[in-house]
Amino acid sequence: MDFTDDQLMRYSRHIILPEVGGKGQAKIAKAKVFIIGAGGLGCPVGYYLTAAGVGTIALIDNDTVEMSNLQRQIAHSVQTIGMPKVESAKRTFEALNPDVNVVAIQKRISKDDIIDLIRDYDIVVDGSDNFPTRYLVNDACFMARKPLVTGAILRFEGQVTTILPGDGPCYRCLFEEPPPPGLVPSCQEAGVLGVLPGVIGGLQATEVLKLILGKGEVLKGELLMYNALKTTFRKVRVPKNPSCPLCGAKPTITELIDYNEGYCAM
Amino acid sequence: MEDTIPDKKINIKGLVCPYTFVKAKLAIESMEIGQVLEILLDYEEASRSIPKSMEDHGQKVLKVEKVSDTDWVLQIRKDKD
Repeated sequence: MDFTDDQLMRYSRHIILPEVGGKGQAKIAKAKVFIIGAGGLGCPVGYYLTAAGVGTIALIDNDTVEMSNLQRQIAHSVQTIGMPKVESAKRTFEALNPDVNVVAIQKRISKDDIIDLIRDYDIVVDGSDNFPTRYLVNDACFMARKPLVTGAILRFEGQVTTILPGDGPCYRCLFEEPPPPGLVPSCQEAGVLGVLPGVIGGLQATEVLKLILGKGEVLKGELLMYNALKTTFRKVRVPKNPSCPLCGAKPTITELIDYNEGYCAM
Repeated sequence: MEDTIPDKKINIKGLVCPYTFVKAKLAIESMEIGQVLEILLDYEEASRSIPKSMEDHGQKVLKVEKVSDTDWVLQIRKDKD
């Protein structure tokens, strides 16, 4: 790929890395990443992938920007309150890097459209805030054979894992079914330290770039857990479950499921 | 050492770090293993940093020569993709 002078300057600190170089930067420029959610996690993931020069970034989210989002959702601002989050984030990302094609999709993802939506993308990032979506995305990525980088945050703790199609465990190997709604913290309990999604989203964006570059080791078969209060990172090995209802030898889940709502969307 | 005829020459006079190395690295990337790149530059620091970085990246530095009051010529052989 021929870089313009602006691109040489913009990506110079990438190009001089042996693991990236001009060839790696060209891979990044060709990559297409689909991000679920333009909130706490989707903002930093999209922001850093935009800065990195990922060619196409799709964002899907149905919400509009509220004042209470601004404590952690760094792509939005007081100027964009009331605007669809995906539009707000698109403006921010395009202002950062005009090389990037940002595709804003304002809707709630569902079992009827997820496969079509992610079909043309190389990697899916889950930054959703609820269990029905988390399981829907996991199942759809398994069926569509898309690598998935999933992250979750609550209070002072976050976790990240990378799920590769047909290679290692899926999210259901880890947690077979969504928890019943009553066990999930209610809105009042569901606080989150504003910087936490920055840490977890930064880790997710790093996983995405390594997948694009084919360098390093990703969190395949491992769940990385971060505790912000204790400043600890813990990696837990996650074995593939041979009787996983989705990716096991005798799967019982063969089509997508929309779990009933009843969860707090934070 | 006998003179080596370079397979490719680049002139990066006027550029400073990190663009000096960016240009040099992109040039090396586009070449085949065993080929020699000649670099003309006038940023003194790069006359030291480019050879060091190239060696760190597994390339062979054949020549570092001050050719005038302001200019240096480097020759780098590509040993590694």
